[in-house]
Amino acid sequence: MAPEPLTATQDRGIDIIGALRNAVLTGLLAFVLFLPLIGFQTVTNMRGDLVLNTRWGLLFSIVAVIVGARFAYAVMLAPWLTRRKNRPLTLAPSPWRDFAGKWIVPFAIGFAIVYPFVVVGTVGFGGAVKWIDNFGIQILIYVMLGWGLNIVVGLAGLLDLGYVAFYAVGAYSYALLAKEFGLSFWILLPLAGILSSFWGILLGFPVLRLRGDYLAIVTLAFGEIIRLVLINWVDLTNGYAGISGIPRPTFFGIPFNANDDGFAAVFGLEFTPVYRTIFLYYLILALAFLTAFVTIRLRRLPVGRAWEALREDEIACRSLGINTTNTKLTAFATGAMFAGFAGSFFAARQGFISPDSFTFLESASIVAIVVLGGMGSQIGVAVAALVMVGGTELMRDLDFLKAIFGPTFDPTQYRMLLFGFAMVLIMVWRPRGLISTREPTVFLKERKTISADLVGQGHG
Amino acid sequence: MANAGDILLRVEHLTMRFGGLVAVDDLSFEARAGEITALIGPNGAGKTTVFNCITGFYKPTEGRLGLRHGDAGVWDALETLTDSGRRSVTRDDGALFLLERMPDFLVTQQARVARTFQNIRLFPGMTVLENLLVAQHNRLMLASGYTLLGVLGVPSYAAAERAAIDQARDWIARVGLTERADDPAGDLPYGAQRRLEIARAMCTNPVLLCLDEPAAGLNPRESAELNELLLTIRNDYGMSILLIEHDMSVVMEISDHVIVLDYGVKIADGKPDAVRNDDKVIAAYLGVADDEVAEVEAEVGL
Repeated sequence: MAPEPLTATQDRGIDIIGALRNAVLTGLLAFVLFLPLIGFQTVTNMRGDLVLNTRWGLLFSIVAVIVGARFAYAVMLAPWLTRRKNRPLTLAPSPWRDFAGKWIVPFAIGFAIVYPFVVVGTVGFGGAVKWIDNFGIQILIYVMLGWGLNIVVGLAGLLDLGYVAFYAVGAYSYALLAKEFGLSFWILLPLAGILSSFWGILLGFPVLRLRGDYLAIVTLAFGEIIRLVLINWVDLTNGYAGISGIPRPTFFGIPFNANDDGFAAVFGLEFTPVYRTIFLYYLILALAFLTAFVTIRLRRLPVGRAWEALREDEIACRSLGINTTNTKLTAFATGAMFAGFAGSFFAARQGFISPDSFTFLESASIVAIVVLGGMGSQIGVAVAALVMVGGTELMRDLDFLKAIFGPTFDPTQYRMLLFGFAMVLIMVWRPRGLISTREPTVFLKERKTISADLVGQGHG
Repeated sequence: MANAGDILLRVEHLTMRFGGLVAVDDLSFEARAGEITALIGPNGAGKTTVFNCITGFYKPTEGRLGLRHGDAGVWDALETLTDSGRRSVTRDDGALFLLERMPDFLVTQQARVARTFQNIRLFPGMTVLENLLVAQHNRLMLASGYTLLGVLGVPSYAAAERAAIDQARDWIARVGLTERADDPAGDLPYGAQRRLEIARAMCTNPVLLCLDEPAAGLNPRESAELNELLLTIRNDYGMSILLIEHDMSVVMEISDHVIVLDYGVKIADGKPDAVRNDDKVIAAYLGVADDEVAEVEAEVGL
């Protein structure tokens, strides 16, 4: 009988004194840490002298926030977390969960399809471009890139930190070939994909023998090499200045302009730039669906199973007669092909590209989307792209923050900071990404989801 | 295909050096079709090295490893094949392969030698069924038109996949995992993982099955089940098996032929009974010189 009341008091009783002591200690630590960082500020005055300003108000308010947060954590959050940890692991089957699991994907697809009309309906033609372009198209580009990289990182388990190189190859292929030879978007789209996958294979060869950190470093270098070539091969790429005046895609030959043979005139509509944006939106939506569809198909094909087997155990693969060289190269090539498609779409949408669009930060964002979403999970990657890209775009609009932090506050400057916070939080909460479980590709009786603990993360 | 008792694998003068260490020294032996050939020896005798050479994971320093498909008559072509510098020769009555010239995946794909590993190498995050489908990769790859036709969803691939699933289902039943076919392989108990690895190797449709210590870590009951499984594979499928084993109950009960290695050198070769009573073998296992065997045996009470 003795242990029973003991656990009960532990559950119910909250150690206020301990929490207070902890909060004060944390506050002291924060004070010591932030005193030189925030408490003092060096300012150059009118005469050019460096003077030391103190910012006691800011310092103490930050310390107060930290003390309060630490206290609240100890009193409220920690007991809840303990209770959560102790509760039985089996989830009661709830009708809501089943319903959500079944309908969330069709609902998301349906929403993506009607999104432009919803936007036009709510904000009218005037404000629609911003919502469709900045949110819809921008997010979908990253969804597509995430799904493409997911093949390399999530399925084959090869960490590729230079993925943006293939995106750049696709974009420059479209820009240069369209400007020089006047080829149409629909010819250049597959061509950009082929060229990108060619570069994917080219990168694949030297890194076949590399694993883990070494693979990551070489792919990172590859991404930088492509960018530096784009900067320095001025004759071809026009260097930093970039390429402008890239032909825009047409609606099967009908351009989106205000002329008499333009889209609006032909269909008897009033001219507005929204039509082009809506067309581009559906174009990238179709490309993203293509990526998802092909990936789902590939997972059920021997090559997809071989990718996953390669991630699990390369030596076992070789013992089963699988040519691991070809398997890795096809993973690189397929992933690169989708980046090439996305790149040519990007060039066509922007009308202007420069090496600035293809920095390492882009690669890192795409890798972050894949990792946060859960390697191998398409739904997870889509959600992560939505949150990361949509979230950072939303921050441009947070004008009310200026009321709190003063008129000079620019929320977009803090994008990366919040990005980092979000990443740390998700990695603490779900170390293997939003959706970490694996769905088997085939089953005899029943499809059972496989826990992340068993699924390999690849060797690089 | 091959008649039982004909030579299937011919290992000649196999030597493997790692720097100054000679792991296998001038080893020659033969494995016969439809027989279980056991390779035994104390720890570090070079057994696994021999396996790695046969399955292409190591390139031998010296030696010739010939494997035959079809009629035993194709062995005539061995010398011409060796001189030609090619990997294999195919004739109407069969084919001959020089394994030392082939990379690991081709040894399984073309010469059809399958293997298992001492420390189980399954794909833990994939289901039992998926593990067996990965083993049928090369056949399915052809059926899917090297992926291109498969992506377009041609019906011939669906048929090939169904056939592959049927073969996998048979093997799942044979190793007693029907109830767990949709569970991840990493969730299975140890003994079941061992059996699954053997089933996976068999799904590559091999002519020679190389098992590296299949009984390691099994309890006596599981080990008896394993004996039964291996005998079924030999009798029902006419499979030739090359076996590395420490568990003498397995070796003596099921092997048709035993080869004993010590420090990379063959010290005995023959029927299980003959090998069991061989002085050199006993000396190697007890770790003493030949002339001290009687003395030590008296001490330990053998």
